Formats: sequence, structure tokens, C-alpha cells
Amino acid sequence: MEVRVPRRRGTELALTVAAVLLPVYGYCDVGLARNGSVPPGAAGYGAGLGLLALLAHLAVRLRAPYADPLLLPIAVLLNGLGLVLIYRLDLETPGDRAAPTQLVWSTIGVGLCVAVVVALRDHRLLRRYAYLSVVAALVLMIVPIFFPAVNGARIWIRAGGLSIQPGEFAKILLAVFFASYLAANRAALTTTGRTLWRFVQLPTGRVLGPVVTIWLLSVGVLVLERDLGTSLLFFGLFVILLYVATGRAGWIAVGLLLAAAGAYAVGSLEPHVHGRVQDWLHPFASIEAGRGPNQLAQSLFAFAAGGVLGTGLGHGDSILIGFAAKSDFILATAGEELGLTGLTAIFLLYALLVERGYRTGLVLRDPFGQLLAIGLASIVALQVFVIAGGVTGLIPLTGMAMPFLAQGGSSVVTNWIIVALLIRLSDSARSQPPAGECAGQDAGPPRPGERAA
Amino acid sequence: MSRYIRHAAAFCALLLVALLVNATRVQVLDAETYDDNPANRRRAIERFHQPRGDILVEGRPVTGSKDTGEQLRYERTYRDGPLYAPVTGFSSQVYGTTFLEHAEDALLSGTDPMLAPLPLWHDLTRTRSPGGDVATTVRAAVQRAAHAGLGGRKGAVAALEPGTGRILALVSSPSYDPGRLAGTGAGVTRAWERLNADPGRPMLNRALRQTYPPGSTFKVVTAAAALDAGLVTDLDAPTDSPDPYTLPGTATRLSNEVSGCEDASLRYAFQWSCNTVFAKLGADAGLGTMAAAARRFGFNTPGLTVPSAVATSTFATSVDRAQLALSAIGQYDTRATPLQMAMVAAAVAGGGYVKAPRLVDRTTTGSGDAVGATAARTLRQAMGPRTAARLRELMTDVVEEGTGGNAAIPGVTVGGKTGTAQHGFGNAGTPYAWFVSWAQRPRELEAAVAVAVVVEDAAADRADISGGGSAAPIAREVMRAALATPSRSGD
Repeated sequence: MEVRVPRRRGTELALTVAAVLLPVYGYCDVGLARNGSVPPGAAGYGAGLGLLALLAHLAVRLRAPYADPLLLPIAVLLNGLGLVLIYRLDLETPGDRAAPTQLVWSTIGVGLCVAVVVALRDHRLLRRYAYLSVVAALVLMIVPIFFPAVNGARIWIRAGGLSIQPGEFAKILLAVFFASYLAANRAALTTTGRTLWRFVQLPTGRVLGPVVTIWLLSVGVLVLERDLGTSLLFFGLFVILLYVATGRAGWIAVGLLLAAAGAYAVGSLEPHVHGRVQDWLHPFASIEAGRGPNQLAQSLFAFAAGGVLGTGLGHGDSILIGFAAKSDFILATAGEELGLTGLTAIFLLYALLVERGYRTGLVLRDPFGQLLAIGLASIVALQVFVIAGGVTGLIPLTGMAMPFLAQGGSSVVTNWIIVALLIRLSDSARSQPPAGECAGQDAGPPRPGERAA
Repeated sequence: MSRYIRHAAAFCALLLVALLVNATRVQVLDAETYDDNPANRRRAIERFHQPRGDILVEGRPVTGSKDTGEQLRYERTYRDGPLYAPVTGFSSQVYGTTFLEHAEDALLSGTDPMLAPLPLWHDLTRTRSPGGDVATTVRAAVQRAAHAGLGGRKGAVAALEPGTGRILALVSSPSYDPGRLAGTGAGVTRAWERLNADPGRPMLNRALRQTYPPGSTFKVVTAAAALDAGLVTDLDAPTDSPDPYTLPGTATRLSNEVSGCEDASLRYAFQWSCNTVFAKLGADAGLGTMAAAARRFGFNTPGLTVPSAVATSTFATSVDRAQLALSAIGQYDTRATPLQMAMVAAAVAGGGYVKAPRLVDRTTTGSGDAVGATAARTLRQAMGPRTAARLRELMTDVVEEGTGGNAAIPGVTVGGKTGTAQHGFGNAGTPYAWFVSWAQRPRELEAAVAVAVVVEDAAADRADISGGGSAAPIAREVMRAALATPSRSGD
């Protein structure tokens, strides 16, 4: 009896169409709110976004037919919303238009997504490049040190008119490395080593050493570059993957303890970070000192002004945040103009994206694939938490791009590649024969690499 | 491994919950605190985001709004700013609002719930109603006459319609252009500093906010108290008053500027403003009678609004008999705003009733639909109708044969009272010239206008400062303007 796994490509197409129409509606809404007329570029913008989404859909339909049908629509919707929010903020800064550039980067991102889905036939191929990945990641993180700092952080490479944040791409490379390394050494990590107390079992230094070294290096580089958001992200990613791979809660506890100690040390010694912590503890200190509200205070004002239903697109004053309103603080515009309702919807979209990644990780059977899926989904989850928590005053603010929403080419491209990899992984997960069945049973076309499972 | 994946997923879910809870805190629970923070510019941005409603004089706006395209977008403009400044006040992006701009701010800025036909829907969609308009009771010709009459000299004029309490003119001099304070920028700050440093205090609304010793014009109140209390029954009977009059319990002798005040009749004393007679009348009437009469006219009653807030006029109540005698002739601690003295004149002209003075006739939405209208309201009865009739007689005599001859208008019944108020340490300051009056057309039942004029002219020769000389001609022109334009009042 043949078991047919539903492909759900029709669902994806319908959702993608909706994911294109929503931002187009938002784009028109901004125009109507500001000038009383639909912006002249609405049709072209809609057609362009639609074409991109359709292209991505076709690539998935042809090359990853079993992929999770939610991944692509969520990415399209978030990217489209981001473009609308940036376009809306561009109206306040006529001299500095970011939306066209962002559209170009989004196109490149979708293009790379398509390229990954088409070119990468099996995620297991990536295991071969684990060590190349880690070297590349380190190079990418070190290179910006030789470029001038921008706003206190050395994370950009400027070439011609373009500026690239290579650290963004390093996220994926490190996830690949961590997943590959932990998958290969899982057994050694869990079974060998000495036991400290009753629960904390230390692995042999030979096994854990390389991972810790790499991690320390990357964190060190980031502290040097003062990009603490990314540093936090890498640490979180490392801890989550280590836990998933080994199940050692004790290590997590030790890791968190070390992190807390490190955070305290950096927070009290490094002036940049110390300032951020003080801002978080006393967001209105600058107001009381007579220097006017700082960015965090302005961000909180923006969220508060949104209330439950928001002011409506185009009606808010989130531009008061000033610098970085379109990038790190983009969520404040969403919070003010779409309200708690819109903000919750956006959070849930991210949650859904992460959940699909985790589900893929649960269904997959090869440890590398599992860890990679968990790693990629966790990157999204941690990024959202770090920056959303930062701009809403939940945790100290650290610079980081809201995935898909924020202005920033490197970030958009990176996130599209993450989605492409998740599409590839979920295709593998859903097309593999159901567990417990005979491997010889024919459940679809034979897939390369499947025999190796 | 799937068990650990589930644990990690639970951790991510925890992060999501933390984000949502915190977002709810910021956006809903603590939102008010953030919105109210003075450093949050949103209130100001929203406030100036739309054109402000206008203040109208005889149907024509004396205000306007200018789109600057800046963050605080609409700026106030004023037509004839210095002329109407005591009426409108100013509306500034930096320095807030005053007077009508302040009192009717909710309506003008569009936040008044009365402007929204569907308040709940407005709350939900966060739409703000266009600013409403405020139609004033001021009449342009009267206002102009008063402004021209003062001619830049320090002083104030308040003119009322006695039967309705409508304020026909409200002038303070020197004045300023409130348009200079609208908007933002260095120019506004400079104008503000310059106006505040100006020794002429141009932003002081002398008609409403400045109290002066009323001097002899207060004798209207003292006369009303004496007549109502039955102290004087015959206007022409001689009063038992010496000249000079030694203030009770002291050796201070009070004298007069005019002769013939010894045992003068009330008519003569009022006509020629005998200090001795009225000081003794006040002392004889006693503190209770005098304080009660003053209160009925509006003294010592704080909280009067027109709807701009009016300073409280005072009549001292913890005094000995000598101080009471001085208080009765408008000195010692007796202080009155020009509007209060116009109310005194209006009470005489209006049969003893004090109508609530009001500056706003009606309010409308931006598209002209009525929001509210004010009606004539009696505040208090200041004196009996018979006393009022006798005081009318006395005041008419002042203009026809006494010190107020300069206020006479041919063919019109005019009643008035002059005043020259000494002030300053040892009365060294330049005296204030007062004139309060009313005018009634023949064959009309009610007086058309009551006026109070005060001139504090520091530059003038001391001898020239007298109510009859400086203030009465201004009052005459104001009354003439009021009589020339037909009354619009329907209430």
C-alpha cells in the first residue's frame, strides 16, 4: 500500500498570495494616510513582490516539493511588512530613502534563497564543509576590525557605496559548524569524561576543547567589535545546540553561570556596555538630567503611544527615535502604528517560523539535520528576543537587526538563506519514509543521500 | 534527542511569553505613564497637527493658523494682534496658552468631546475632531475706540452690556502681538524674553488680571450700602459730616480737594466726590454692612471666569474703623479690576442686578454647527431697585453737572463717577485716573453699555491725572461706539 505524503504546495501558494497582498495593502494604507491617495508605485511594488514570491514558490515546488508550506509565506510576509515600515519611515526622512535599497537586498535575498533551494540537493552535503565554515566565519568576523567603526561598532565592511555586515553571514556558518561538530561528537560528549558532583559530567577536554575554543574566539572578536547582540546570539546558539546534542542540563547551568559572570564583568568594566545597562535600568535618566529622552525612552514612548490597536500606519511619530529608527528600532514603528495587536501578530509569525524549524528538527532523523534545523530556528528566535526585548525595555538594548523587518541588506540576505535551508531541511524531513517502516518501501522518488541514512 | 528539542522549544516559548507580557506592560498597563511623560513630544505633535479653531469677533476670525510643515505643524496667527490680545491671549508652541486661548483650549484644539458626534468611534479610530470656533461678545468698534482712547498709555478698559453681561470691549495697554509667541525657534524665545523684560509689562492683561485701588469710583458701592441700609434716606438732606474729618480712633485728618463738603448732601458729595462724607458714611455703616455690599457687587469672591480667569477684587475685612473709612473711599486695601468696576457701573444701570460677565457668545464646530451658547445669568443682586434708581440719578448728575462732564454725549443719558486713586508708599506714586460710567439711549428700557476706564499714566503731570480729565473722554468714545452699533444681543 502506497503512503502518499501530502505536498501542500497549493496551501503554500495561497498563503504566499495572501502574504503578498497584505504588505501591498499596508503600502496603499500608508499612502492614503499620508497623502490621501494610493502611492503611484503600488501596482509596480505589488507586482515586483508578487513576482519574487512566485519565483521562490516555483523553486520550492520544483526542487523541494515536500517542504513545510508555512516557511515561505511567513518570510514573504515579514519581508513585505518590513518594506512597508521602512517606506513609511522614509516619508519622514526625505533625504534618506532606505526602502529602494532594502528592496534590492530583498531581491538578492530571495535570489539566494532560490539558489540554495535549487543548488543544495541535500543538506547533508554541508557536513563536508564544517571546518571550512568555521574558518570562513572567523574570517568574516575578523575582517571588519580593519574597517572604521560606525556608531561605536566595528561590524561593517564598506566597499564602494555598499556596506556589508559580514557577521550576519557568520551566523549560518557557525550554525553549520556547531551542528556538524556536535552531531559527530555527540556520543563522545555524553558518555566520556569525569563526573563532578552527581549531575555535572565533564567531557574530555579533547572533545569539548575545539568547540569551546571556537566559541571563545568568536565571542572575543565580538567583544572587540562591541557587537554585543551578536555575541549574545552566538552564546545562546552554542548553549542550545550543546543541550540538544547532549541533554546535559548541568552544562547549561555552568554555561549560564559563566555567562552571567562574564556579562557582569563586561557590564561593569566596558563603558559602552555599562551605558546600555544603565539605560536599561533607568530609561528616563537622561530626561531627569535635562538632556531629553534617549533612544530607549523614545522607543518606549512609541510603543506606549500604540496602545492596543495602534495609531494606524502613517499616523505615528516613531521617527522621534531618530538614528536607527529604520533598523534596530523598526519594531517600535510596528508597535506604535499597528499596536499591541499588530506586534503580537508579528511575534506569532516569528514563533510560527521557529516552531516549523523545531518541528523539522523533531521529524528529521539524522543528527546533523536535526541540530542544523534547531540551530537555524534558534538563531531566529534569539535574534527576535534580543532585539525585541531590547527595544521594549525587557533586557539591556544591544544592536541587532529584527529578522526580515529591519533595514539592513546583510541581515535580510542571511535570513533568506536561513529560510532556504529550513525549506531544504523540511523537505527532507517530510519526504523521508515514516519511521518504523521498511526502508525498502517506495514512498516517492528516491532521493540522493537517502541511502546513507 | 527529541526530548531535548522539546525542552529547547519550551525555552523559546518562554522567551515569546516574556516578550508578549512585557509588550503588554509597555503598551497597555504602563502606557499612560509613558504618554504623560513631559519629554514625550507626541501630545504636542498631535496638538499642533491640525489647524486650531478660530476666535471670532462679530463673525470674523481674529485668529488664524499657518502650516509651517514642521514637527509642531500649525502655528497661530493673529489679525490685529495687539488690539485683541487681552481677549484672545496667545497660543504658543513653547509657552502654552492664556486667556480665551487657554479657557477654550479643548474646543479650539479639537479635543472637546462635544465636538465628536460619535465619541466611542473617535476613540477607537483615534481621529481628532477639527478645532471648533469661539464667537466672542466683543464688538470691533467698541474695542477699537477703547484701544485708540488709551493710545498706548498704561491702562485698561472694560465695557459691558448691563442687561446681559456681554463684554463689548476688553482692552489693556500697552499691548503686544501674541503672534510673536506662536511657533518655535529663537525668535519666539527672544520675543518672550523681551516682553517679560519690558517695564510696561505688555503681556499683563490689566482689564482682567490687574487690581487697582478704585479710589472715588468705589463711592458708588459705599453709596449703595448707605442707601440700602437706610443710613441716607433723602439724597438732598445734609449729612452730618465735618470737614476735615478725623478718622475714628486716630489723629489723621481727612480733607477734600473741593470745597462745600461740610454737612453736604449725598447728591453734592457724590457729584463733587467729597472724601469726608463717604469716609464717614462707610465708618457709620460699619464693617458688616460695607463688606456685605462689596461682596454683593463681586468683591472678595474668587473664581470669576469669563471664561478667562479674572483676578479677585478685594475689600479688606480685618480692619479698624479708620481703615474702614479709608476703604469706603476706595483706598487702604480696597482693590478692583477694571472689569469689576465695569460690573459696578452695570449693576447701577441694570436695576441693581449684577449679570455674569461673559466673553463667549457661542461655540461651534469647525463646520459651524452649534456646540454651546452662553445665556445671560444673574450673579447677584447688588442693591435694591430703588437704590439703583437713586444711584442712577446721582451718577447722571456727575456727568451733567459734576466732575464727569467730559463723558457727556448729547441726546443720551450718561451716568458716571470719576476716581483718582493715590497709591504707593506715602501716596508718592503717580495716581491712577478712573472713570466708570453707563449710557442709555432715550426711549430704551435698558442702558446699552457700562464702562470702566483706568489710566495709570506715569508720564503725565500729577495735577492732570484725574478721572474726569484723563479717563472720562475715553469712556465717552467707548460708549459712543457702543451706542452707534446696534446691539446684537437676542438674549
